[in-house]
Amino acid sequence: MNASLPTALKNTLISCHSCHLLCKAAPSLEDASTVCPRCGAKLHSRKPNSVARTWALVIAAFIVYIPANVLPITHVMSFGKAQSDTIMSGVIYFVKSGSWPIALVIFVASVFVPLLKLFLLTFLLISVQMKSKWRPKDRTRLYRITEAIGRWSMVDIYVVTILVALVKLGSLATIEAGPGAIFFAGVVIITIFAAMSFDPRLIWDTQEPNYERRK
Amino acid sequence: MEMDTLIACHECDLLHQRRPLPPGGTARCARCGAVLYRRKRNSLDRVLALTIAGLILFVVANVYPFLTFRLEAQVQETTLITGIIELYHQGMWIVAGVVLLTSVLMPLLELTGMLYVLIPLKFNQRPWKLSLFFRIIRKFRPWGMMEVFMVGILVAVVKLSKMASIIPGMALYAFMILIFVLAASAASLDPHIVWDRLEHRQ
Repeated sequence: MNASLPTALKNTLISCHSCHLLCKAAPSLEDASTVCPRCGAKLHSRKPNSVARTWALVIAAFIVYIPANVLPITHVMSFGKAQSDTIMSGVIYFVKSGSWPIALVIFVASVFVPLLKLFLLTFLLISVQMKSKWRPKDRTRLYRITEAIGRWSMVDIYVVTILVALVKLGSLATIEAGPGAIFFAGVVIITIFAAMSFDPRLIWDTQEPNYERRK
Repeated sequence: MEMDTLIACHECDLLHQRRPLPPGGTARCARCGAVLYRRKRNSLDRVLALTIAGLILFVVANVYPFLTFRLEAQVQETTLITGIIELYHQGMWIVAGVVLLTSVLMPLLELTGMLYVLIPLKFNQRPWKLSLFFRIIRKFRPWGMMEVFMVGILVAVVKLSKMASIIPGMALYAFMILIFVLAASAASLDPHIVWDRLEHRQ
């Protein structure tokens, strides 16, 4: 990649994260008191502590992902019979009952998307820390994917919300949310924050020949 | 260098010269391909109209019956927030809070906040803390997840359809239209126009 390309950082300019106004950087880049003159957001040349924060959130999400999948997400009581379902047993139920499109939706949204997102973020973090020069444009695309897909994992939480609202017929049939739902909501929220705290500009900073690590 | 005519890519930091676009045009970063800015026809008027429509639909979606569940002689009628209240009663207040925020409060914040910003701009006024409000709306936009909720409804209905009959209510139709209205509003908005207007009014 051409090293002489002008960036805001090299011209001691800061692009406001909120309204994208270009501002002159204060003498010290870490001066936290600088705010955007147009919208009032705090100015940062790069998202603060992006790599450390994103790592912390990714590791937390990996940990919370385990109880989210092991613990039951719903308890169904119907005609005196009680049954607990995890996310995977719900998917298997749909496959067995022949509704494989629904099984696919739940599997992709609840199992595949959170894992894909966590592995992509891990890969991006490691590549930034190793100052990789490998395909920065494609890695930026991967980042855009992690940003866009995370919200769809909320599907299962909404399914549980609607089920507990509708199936409340006492001894005839009742559905209650299980502890897995709390952890699952946790995974979704933490991974969304993780994607937000990662700064894709770090992918491009390392393309500079005289790149120095900035905190 | 003249800063007013420059824009930095928010994904790779490359500086670009801002040039006027034809209506409907999109400017992309030369290096990473991120969208830098767009030009929409009548952006603010369209967004204002869609926001007013959205607010009406939001009220209908939250007031009228949403889904009704009928098993033998028993009938359970619900509104949009019934499930949230039920989760709260089951001790799942974290989950209830997350659902309340993402499916009710954040969409409401976006709709009312956009009205607060767009109506004064329409009449060339500048009320209290306008830029702060617009910044907050933009910041919390990703947390409104109504379109994901819609997929949740489909899955839940399929899941229960073998067990009992489910009757869709007026609120469900309002909710479905609202998702399209919100999507159209997001596609029509060029936030840079709002920021430029706010700047020139100071």
